[in-house]
Amino acid sequence: MATLHTQINPRSPEFAGNSAAMLEQVQALRGLLAQVAQGGGAKAQERHTSRGKLLPRERIDRLLDPGSPFLEISQLAAYEVYGEDVPAAGVIAGIGRVEGVECMIVANDATVKGGSYYPLTVKKHLRAQTIAQQNRLPCIYLVDSGGANLPRQDEVFPDREHFGRIFFNQANMSAQGIPQIAVVMGSCTAGGAYVPAMADEAIMVRQQATIFLAGPPLVKAATGEVVSAEDLGGADVHCRTSGVADHYADNDEHALAIARRSVANLNWHKLGKLQRLAPVAPLYAADELYGVVPADAKQPFDVREVIARLVDGSVFDEFKALFGTTLVCGFAHLHGYPVAILANNGILFAEAAQKGAHFIELACQRGIPLLFLQNITGFMVGKKYEEGGIAKHGAKLVTAVACAQVPKFTVIIGGSFGAGNYGMCGRAYDPRFLWMWPNARIGVMGAEQAAGVLTQVKREQSERSGQPFSAEDEARLKQPILDQYEHQGHPYYSSARLWDDGVIDPAQTRDVLGLALSAALNAPIEQSRFGIFRM
Amino acid sequence: MSRPALTTLLVANRGEIACRVMRTAKAMGLTTVAVHSATDRDARHSREADIRVDLGGTKAAESYLLVDKLLAAAKASGAQAIHPGYGFLSENAGFARAIEQAGLIFLGPPASAIDAMGSKSAAKALMEAAGVPLVPGYHGEAQDLDTFRAAAERIGYPVLLKASAGGGGKGMKVVEEESQLADALASAQREAQSSFGDARMLVEKYVLKPRHVEIQVFADQHGNCLYLNERDCSIQRRHQKVVEEAPAPGLSPELRRAMGEAAVRAAQAIGYVGAGTVEFLLDARGEFFFMEMNTRLQVEHPVTEAITGLDLVAWQIRVACGEALPITQEQVPLVGHAIEVRLYAEDPANEFLPATGKLALYRESAPGEGRRVDSGVSEGDVVSPFYDPMLGKLIAWGEDREQARLRLLAMLDEFAIGGLKTNIAFLRRILAHPAFAAAELDTGFIPRHQDVLLPAPQALPARFWEAAAEAWLQGQAGHQRDDDRRSPWGERNGLRLGLPARTSLHLVSSGQDQAVALERSATSTYQLVGEQLVHDQAGVRRQHLAIRRGGTLYLHWDGEMHAIEAFDPIAEAEASHSHQGGLGAPMNGSIVRVLVEPGQVVEAGAALVVLEAMKMEHSIRAPHGGTVNALFCQEGDMVSEGTVLVELAE
Repeated sequence: MATLHTQINPRSPEFAGNSAAMLEQVQALRGLLAQVAQGGGAKAQERHTSRGKLLPRERIDRLLDPGSPFLEISQLAAYEVYGEDVPAAGVIAGIGRVEGVECMIVANDATVKGGSYYPLTVKKHLRAQTIAQQNRLPCIYLVDSGGANLPRQDEVFPDREHFGRIFFNQANMSAQGIPQIAVVMGSCTAGGAYVPAMADEAIMVRQQATIFLAGPPLVKAATGEVVSAEDLGGADVHCRTSGVADHYADNDEHALAIARRSVANLNWHKLGKLQRLAPVAPLYAADELYGVVPADAKQPFDVREVIARLVDGSVFDEFKALFGTTLVCGFAHLHGYPVAILANNGILFAEAAQKGAHFIELACQRGIPLLFLQNITGFMVGKKYEEGGIAKHGAKLVTAVACAQVPKFTVIIGGSFGAGNYGMCGRAYDPRFLWMWPNARIGVMGAEQAAGVLTQVKREQSERSGQPFSAEDEARLKQPILDQYEHQGHPYYSSARLWDDGVIDPAQTRDVLGLALSAALNAPIEQSRFGIFRM
Repeated sequence: MSRPALTTLLVANRGEIACRVMRTAKAMGLTTVAVHSATDRDARHSREADIRVDLGGTKAAESYLLVDKLLAAAKASGAQAIHPGYGFLSENAGFARAIEQAGLIFLGPPASAIDAMGSKSAAKALMEAAGVPLVPGYHGEAQDLDTFRAAAERIGYPVLLKASAGGGGKGMKVVEEESQLADALASAQREAQSSFGDARMLVEKYVLKPRHVEIQVFADQHGNCLYLNERDCSIQRRHQKVVEEAPAPGLSPELRRAMGEAAVRAAQAIGYVGAGTVEFLLDARGEFFFMEMNTRLQVEHPVTEAITGLDLVAWQIRVACGEALPITQEQVPLVGHAIEVRLYAEDPANEFLPATGKLALYRESAPGEGRRVDSGVSEGDVVSPFYDPMLGKLIAWGEDREQARLRLLAMLDEFAIGGLKTNIAFLRRILAHPAFAAAELDTGFIPRHQDVLLPAPQALPARFWEAAAEAWLQGQAGHQRDDDRRSPWGERNGLRLGLPARTSLHLVSSGQDQAVALERSATSTYQLVGEQLVHDQAGVRRQHLAIRRGGTLYLHWDGEMHAIEAFDPIAEAEASHSHQGGLGAPMNGSIVRVLVEPGQVVEAGAALVVLEAMKMEHSIRAPHGGTVNALFCQEGDMVSEGTVLVELAE
């Protein structure tokens, strides 16, 4: 057992400077999240509540066990994407405890564009289902949506990962024994009608919820039949006559209580087994993480200082501490759960990649979840390294990451560039969750490198055609590239497009990981079978 | 006279008085015997006795009032003496006589003295002869309505009907005008019959604005009789004493002596032995009238004990064994001031309906100087509908009245009772009332200050709900999964990503419900430490008692214990669906009269069914005019609270 002791002086000016810089970003994040939490704004909320309906976040609060954390995903979805505000992409999703069971909750926000499905709304709904499926979490859908966003039907309807996939997922999760519960608290029209119809149990709120394949205007247009929404698909119709829904609720709160009762009757068992210890706080305060990460992203920092502030008792048992030192590997406990940590401490060399692959095999053999702390500019380049087979060594790491079946968690705490993103379990490698810190940056390469590469190419073109390429030309060319990479590499840009599951306050990282680990234990920890490691 | 050997004492009673008598008996080295009904098998008085004898039955008439069974119990347990307590058979001369005939000691006066005072009418005549001042009234044998109508007219309304054999407010009715007389007489007679087995009534002038001042007397078998000062029992509700104190505020030594000597004369006129109380009405001019003599130990005897330092039960035992009174009249102490309140299981907000149920929480005030609690229950006990709902008495002594009053208020604040309604807050409001502090006492005190003492229910303030929610949340056992113990999901911290922590609760208390959203970025200003909810307001920390019992949180707030539960939307919805036009029993009890039949048309306010509970009659009345659709009870039925008795259609 080895305890990490900090080498950082929290009273130094550097620390204070770093801390201030990070705090500024954290506060900006909090401000933005608070704004997002207002949904469609005061007016829309007022209109919503005046009908006796609870706001979506209130619905979630009432659904959860009192005091339950809510591990929300993709709060920044659709942020600055559509040229109009669609806060949280109009759907709130996350994990919370209901009757002692961790559930995935997906709640439409009718105050945002009537809860209609934008392309990113669909993507977020599907992402929530993916998390539920991978981690075997019962799903509760709080339905209050006008359905697909008709002007963007080409982006929400036809493709594989579009609207239809929601019901595909429901059917398959139900088949896998993952309960699907729908609470219809507003409209639920057309395709949306399949959410309750395909649920294991469906609850409807009287005089408020409607389910129909076609609403009154479409019915009138199609057949000339004139019928009110309530008579066409209200709770009385579906609970008494059609049998489309199972439970009749007087109001939102009643409906949520029935949903809780349904979960209480699931006879739910968590199937993941880990040898747990009693949780112990780290030796160092979580908010010291603000001062650990340098304000200047180019400055390196010892990732053990981060680990010391995340893991139980700051105890970290390192593997191959003297070999491939730019990738720190080791075992620790987090909220009592064992974790195998891979964390970048510089660029990836062949040794580091081999070490990482070996370590991932160890973790998989033992059934220990993997935690990746990404701060990587990429693999080492150059003749010497290509000759040394950096590509095949990197491939070993990527193979190991890709095939590892234990729960994987990724936190991007700095840079996430190039193939380093792959080797450190980027989005494409199916980590159960992926979060970014506000200071993180993501891209195929760094802005400077990209600008450098592109100006290099341009200069060579110019020189071949005999045209001069001045320093001003270079600067004029470089700046927009720098700007573009900085803009697109920003975590808000990433989060808005669901390249990650959220931008988190570094000080909440430990708690977020503990909740995610616990949630992941709903699914059994599977054996891994690895592909060919090129030797 | 040879002193009879007394080693074993049977207490023919229950509740706090049985416990109190046994406490002294044990201190004197006696073996104690409790008797109990089937219901009281494990009641506290029964648990505290050395020997307990089962009388069977539930109602008093089937248990504690059965003389033969009590004598058999004494024989079976080897008891040589029987203490009757108060109520039940304490003033039943037949009982005293039967005990004497069985060769046992009755810890009370001779049967002849009970006889003399037992019939109030005869007693008045005796008192008149002994020169004790009387209130005008009719105390004759004739019991017909015409006699009472004539008597009432002679005396002048308002008049007071009283059970000849009774006391303690049972079978007692004020009649304001002639039109009420017939109903009141019939009802009082029924109550008297069921409480005392004797329906005879008397009628008296109802003296306005009187104080109730009573003298404790004590006589031995050697002709000595002392008065042990007075008690003021003016704070009454429907003729039931609520607050008692000694000495009576503002009573001059001269008046004390005059009343004391009159009381001694009264006792001596009937050859009294043991502890007795002579009750007087004292008017504002200092004139006093004999009301009645209670030939037993009174509920409120502890205030006398507090200011005299005497143990009246010990004296009762000594005197019964033939000892002479150990002091003279001049040696009777009077030190400081003592106040007692009677703690009842009842609902002051609902016409003081007796409350029944389990004492889910029962915690008494801490012991301390000048503090005394005489109680007959413990946590987990059940208050049944068959007996008096008094749980106990709180007595505070002080060097002066104000000290006693403050001490008693502090004791009331420390008392924590949950599971049924009590009059604690009502008692607290009486003691805290400026008029009480100023000793402005008369029997009209409670009706006069009704608005303050029984305030209309107020909406509980937001600060209450916040405190309740904090205590609820922090006191709630986290949900621990067997397959993932200590999961951070069970921490109840309301964690939100990048947003203030949030918890939503919907709570119910006192029939009000409130959704509370706790939202905070820093640590709460409330901390639940053990059973104290500590609230930190700018460095000033105050604590509120907060006790969790199963699904109920008991929070002490603003002088009152509030029971808080989680709002149950499903139960609420089901209740609203199943609501029907039925009239339910307001409490557990038995149906004594059914006044209507199906199909009958009734007017609003008409009595439909009469329920007897706690020896009091309660009419279930039509809330609106209509037709009786169905009856779900008949006379003699035992019904529980909420049982639908009558269905009434508009």
